[in-house]
Amino acid sequence: MEKLIRFNLNGKETELTIDPTLTLLWVLRDQFGLTGTKYGCGIGVCGACTILVDNNAVRSCTYQVSDVMDRKVVTIEGLASNGELHPVQKAFIEKDALQCGYCTPGMIMNATSLLLANPEPTRQEVIDAMQENLCRCGAHIRIIEAIQLAGQDMKKGK
Amino acid sequence: MKKRSKNPELATTKSRLDLKRRDFFALLGGGVAVYLSSRNPSELLALPLIQQREVPEDFNAFLTIYEDGTVICHVGKIEMGQGPITSLPQQVADELDVSIESIKMVMGDTATCSYDAGTWGSLTTREYSHYLRAACAEARAVLIQLAVEHLNISPENAKVKDGIVFDASKPEKKISYGWLTKGERIERSMDEKPKVKDHTEFYYVGQSLLRADSRLKVTGEAKYTADIPMEGRVYAKVLRPPSHHVKLKTVDFSEAEKMTGVEVIRDGDLIAVLHKLPDIAERALGTIKAEYTGDENEVDDQSIFSHLLTATGDIREREKAGDLEAGEAQADFIVESEFHDGYKAHAPIEPHAAMANWEGEKVTVWGSCQSPFGAQDQIAQELGMALEDVRVISPFVGGGFGGKIYHPQVMEVVKIARLVNKPVLLAYTREEEFFMDFFRSAAAIRIRSGITEKGLISLWDYKHYFFEARGSDTIYNVPNKLTTSYVARRGSPVQPLPTGAWRAPGANSNTFARESHIDIMAAKAEIDPVEFRLRNLADEKMIAVIEALKAKFGYTPAKGPSGRGIGMACGTDAGTWVAVMIAVKVDIETGNVQAIKAVVSQDMGMCVNPQGSIIQAEGCVTMGMGYALSEDIEFKGGDVISSNFDNYQLPLFSWTPEVIDTVILDRMDEPPQGGGEPAIICMGGALANAIFDACGARLHQMPMTPERVLAGIKLAKG
Repeated sequence: MEKLIRFNLNGKETELTIDPTLTLLWVLRDQFGLTGTKYGCGIGVCGACTILVDNNAVRSCTYQVSDVMDRKVVTIEGLASNGELHPVQKAFIEKDALQCGYCTPGMIMNATSLLLANPEPTRQEVIDAMQENLCRCGAHIRIIEAIQLAGQDMKKGK
Repeated sequence: MKKRSKNPELATTKSRLDLKRRDFFALLGGGVAVYLSSRNPSELLALPLIQQREVPEDFNAFLTIYEDGTVICHVGKIEMGQGPITSLPQQVADELDVSIESIKMVMGDTATCSYDAGTWGSLTTREYSHYLRAACAEARAVLIQLAVEHLNISPENAKVKDGIVFDASKPEKKISYGWLTKGERIERSMDEKPKVKDHTEFYYVGQSLLRADSRLKVTGEAKYTADIPMEGRVYAKVLRPPSHHVKLKTVDFSEAEKMTGVEVIRDGDLIAVLHKLPDIAERALGTIKAEYTGDENEVDDQSIFSHLLTATGDIREREKAGDLEAGEAQADFIVESEFHDGYKAHAPIEPHAAMANWEGEKVTVWGSCQSPFGAQDQIAQELGMALEDVRVISPFVGGGFGGKIYHPQVMEVVKIARLVNKPVLLAYTREEEFFMDFFRSAAAIRIRSGITEKGLISLWDYKHYFFEARGSDTIYNVPNKLTTSYVARRGSPVQPLPTGAWRAPGANSNTFARESHIDIMAAKAEIDPVEFRLRNLADEKMIAVIEALKAKFGYTPAKGPSGRGIGMACGTDAGTWVAVMIAVKVDIETGNVQAIKAVVSQDMGMCVNPQGSIIQAEGCVTMGMGYALSEDIEFKGGDVISSNFDNYQLPLFSWTPEVIDTVILDRMDEPPQGGGEPAIICMGGALANAIFDACGARLHQMPMTPERVLAGIKLAKG
């Protein structure tokens, strides 16, 4: 049965009538064209589909679309504001913290959630927070540096 | 016989072939070249030619220059993370004398790009760039000639900067490339092909540049195959058997057919369900009931090694020198060892995906594949189509590592879409990605060696069983040696699972075995393992790489096991000399291995983008920890039990060493070599030797899991 689902998506109130059991990842990609959120494993263990729901990082492949009813959803496309990249995005560019780039949106969303809760994480805190985001190209050491740099930049208000 | 292309752009090149250059290019572009280790193009000329088509030698096939000065560089290479989107423009800018900002890369599109067999084998810089640079050098020479005629100036005075040709004595006399070309193809060519630039003339080549595609990738704008928008597209889900060794007996898809909006199609054993929503297609697939014939194959991940060691095949001897018996007689002692390595998955985070759109008798396919031209050939061949009716585009590819050389998803989706006459996307699930993989081969190796009382290797008898020979060269200076490859006979595969290329195929297992065995000898001879290597090496490049490694690491000699947890391994791969040293901590209670610091040293010839090369080395270290410490495909017969990342362990953030340093030796005056694969070959050996140095446990099998480390510690304690 279809149902009206209402939520805030990347700063805009939005609604759609849809089977509420559909996977949030596919709804974001297919109904809204937000293809920056990637499929990687389908069971919530790789982090490629990470988005923010009420500022917490969640795995959109494990969510049904009804789970975000009346909540605030941010995808990678909603992170920059007015063309200005988010400090985490800037830091990933500056540190060359990506290769194929497929895990990158999920990495950035998870890192953003970490920095919202803890703006000055230690290396160990970064590692603990990022532990379940997988990267096959092996950009880990640069991703850790980028997240720490982004934290410093956010503190300075960049 | 080479096949001639029907692509008009490629066909135009035939009339003005310079034989020497053509042969050189043809060889460089060939798929066979993947496995060549030869450094000298003239040596390549002596090798057999196996490739589908010629790389075009008309520079127009690589370049289009627009009136505003934009240079479109259209190359058949694809971008899967290793950075040609950054390093190729560096070379184009230098050879053409244009600013790097004016270059736009178009990659991996069979309709608009110059032919390339595929992006693999660390060949983009060491071989493909030869064509590209030659094309740019010729384009530059032609453009200068045209400018000289137009400006009516003396050719000796003509200079170029940032795409503007000017008279050196009267700089106000000038004209731009863009004005001369206006986006049109240039009909003129040079009878005598101009030389590419010398390294001393480079501006961009040799500079560290940040990735050119980062902004697209950090904003989510970068399009991978499944991200390409297409009106009316439906998702396909394909019925998979439970094992590689079974056949479909009966199938009942009547439930799926009853579901609203679901279509079921069948083409022989290919059965797929279609729906515009992937969730519904997946549910429909789940309703299909199928029965299969039994899987008779009993080999599993435990018995695979005895299977390899006892299987029947052909014997090929290489590197035969001296007399093994004499080598044994000279030896003070003999060391024998056996090494095993299980199957590994490629596991790119982007699973294979492809979308096909038929328009009449023509098809366009977007696919995550390392070889768009190879996919085009295969589609044309299997479906009996003309090449010009098949267009394959590889957008950004989310990791390949050799796994996307194979593109079964492309063939499947083209066949499915043809039956339903609408655009179809087939994006593998992670479970399909594991099942459909062409794994890195399981490996077994036996080595018998002898050491003289002076600590010199007098005997080297190396046998490897039914996996790739890459990396099986002795590399050490041994007078009496033999390398024996056991090779499957045609039609009688020995590996029970499908196998294929995997970031330096064969070299990872072979280097693990050789470099572990070297350390075993060094420990027995009571010589520092680094000193033992240097004492037994004659290759000056390898020696220089190891000396640089020692210096960067700050290594001090000690015989193993020293308790410090330091190990090294070295080798050659893709034309590059490479060595890795790594320091680890081993938890003797849990068997857990934690890398602390890694140093990579390599001689890769001319280095185009040092930062890009360093990042590849870091990626090799990090990815390599996976195959060495945790990755192992669990299987029974043709049933691949490892099916997702919860039962196949990739490296995690917590594994990252605090430091990964890379030394690239300055060899700008030498030809460029490979950078994507070399360092990964050392990771198994370096970690095995570091574990031994830490706690005395000698591991003979990868992955070196905590359980195996604990067993090794127990054995070492006796």
